[in-house]
Amino acid sequence: MLARDDQESLKNTPLHGLHVSLGGKMVPFAGYDMPVQYPAGVLKEHLHTRSQAGLFDVSHMGQLALRPKSGRIEDAARALERLVPQDIVAVARGRQRYAQFTNSVGGILDDLMVANFGDHLFLVVNAACKAEDEAHLRANLADDCVIDSLVDRALIALQGPKAESVLTKLCAEAPGMKFMDAGPHKVAGIDCFVSRSGYTGEDGFEISVPAADAERLAKTLLDNPEVMPIGLGARDSLRLEAGLCLYGHDIDTATTPVEAALEWSVQKSRRRGGARAGGFPGAEKILAHFDNGASRRRVGLRPDGRAPVREGALLFADATAGEPIGKVTSGGFGPSLNAPVAMGYVPTSQSALDTKLFAEVRGQRLPLTIAAMPFVKNTYKR
Amino acid sequence: MTTTLYTSDHEWLAIDGDVATVGITDYAQSQLGDVVFVELPKLGRTLKKAEPAAVVESVKAASDVYAPVSGEVLETNPELASEPALVNSDAQGKAWFFKIKMADKSELGGLMDEAAYKAHTA
Repeated sequence: MLARDDQESLKNTPLHGLHVSLGGKMVPFAGYDMPVQYPAGVLKEHLHTRSQAGLFDVSHMGQLALRPKSGRIEDAARALERLVPQDIVAVARGRQRYAQFTNSVGGILDDLMVANFGDHLFLVVNAACKAEDEAHLRANLADDCVIDSLVDRALIALQGPKAESVLTKLCAEAPGMKFMDAGPHKVAGIDCFVSRSGYTGEDGFEISVPAADAERLAKTLLDNPEVMPIGLGARDSLRLEAGLCLYGHDIDTATTPVEAALEWSVQKSRRRGGARAGGFPGAEKILAHFDNGASRRRVGLRPDGRAPVREGALLFADATAGEPIGKVTSGGFGPSLNAPVAMGYVPTSQSALDTKLFAEVRGQRLPLTIAAMPFVKNTYKR
Repeated sequence: MTTTLYTSDHEWLAIDGDVATVGITDYAQSQLGDVVFVELPKLGRTLKKAEPAAVVESVKAASDVYAPVSGEVLETNPELASEPALVNSDAQGKAWFFKIKMADKSELGGLMDEAAYKAHTA
């Protein structure tokens, strides 16, 4: 939580007035005054997103354009590859990829989305990291790219099984997009950047819209009876059920992509023996983790009982004695499962599915089981 | 005849002789949001005033419920285990948490009546 002094300097997104008029319960989050829930409440908002469609204001996130000074998109991609362990060159025009900025010891400075818009790369980064990310890009890529912080844009996510039919009314190209397609499209006549992606495990879209048009677009989407406004509370429970990492909690400057079980996000071309192996910060450590494994690993956890096991709970191999073997990094209640869910780090030697562990909650050891993620099957349109 | 008193931590106590039935107020449940789990004190436990006695978990967070008075836990509400959402639907009725045999009724002196509690939450 922020101190009282800081609350006065909280920033508002372009949809702030709309949140207040919809009865949003506003809380400080990453320097912004954001809705944690609306009158429907976290549980209904979560379940509505899984059964119909939810609208999320994620305008607090950072949006950046990397424009190659040479005019060749491949030069921007090659430049960005100096900061991330992903294959950016292979991201085709109109496609998007999940990436991480790594540090010199292989930890994660932030996670982000990178899209190829033909003449530039479009990046979406976390709100809490966006100033550092921009400085990092300027410090490292300024010779090759013009770095534009797109501060005059809002970002709206529309997620859930009805997202496609709702968006199709405003954007005829929407149904033709596949998971992780991304590009400029007109939505309700407004010039937007639309990607078919999100942070809920559901099919859906993220729409970058000029700030001046954001409220009109949000209201137009909310005019559909299928669409309900969703706060940060349900955003967190949805992403947790989807097994997706929350930066600063499940991944941070001390976790490598291998420890975080994000190997799938590091393409072969950047691994040992690949066409552009290494060449990103912390490559030595991260490639060693690929070669030899890491000593700990992020896993999904299902408490056996009803009590939620939350962030910070220590994990133990048995019910009574012993030193902790790990820690919960995210945990709460999964409304779609009607059960508690969590994720955390354990020694790789004790990370097999179905391993029984214990979490200490209020002095008691509660049994839990290592489980596959996502906890709720994702419904991406591949 | 029972009297209902309130704490500044948003618990209610229905007093019947030297037994108090304790729950959280409707205002408290509205602030917590959807309740998904309630942890109740063990039967027979002796509680000291102001120590954590129960925990209410919403989707978002866990909140302590403090013992509003000292005494021995006589009974806990079995319905809350299977239906924690009762706390949202009937906080000051069916969703009572526990009954406590008060050790020192003078501890009730600092508590609020309904009018005072309403002013407190206004």
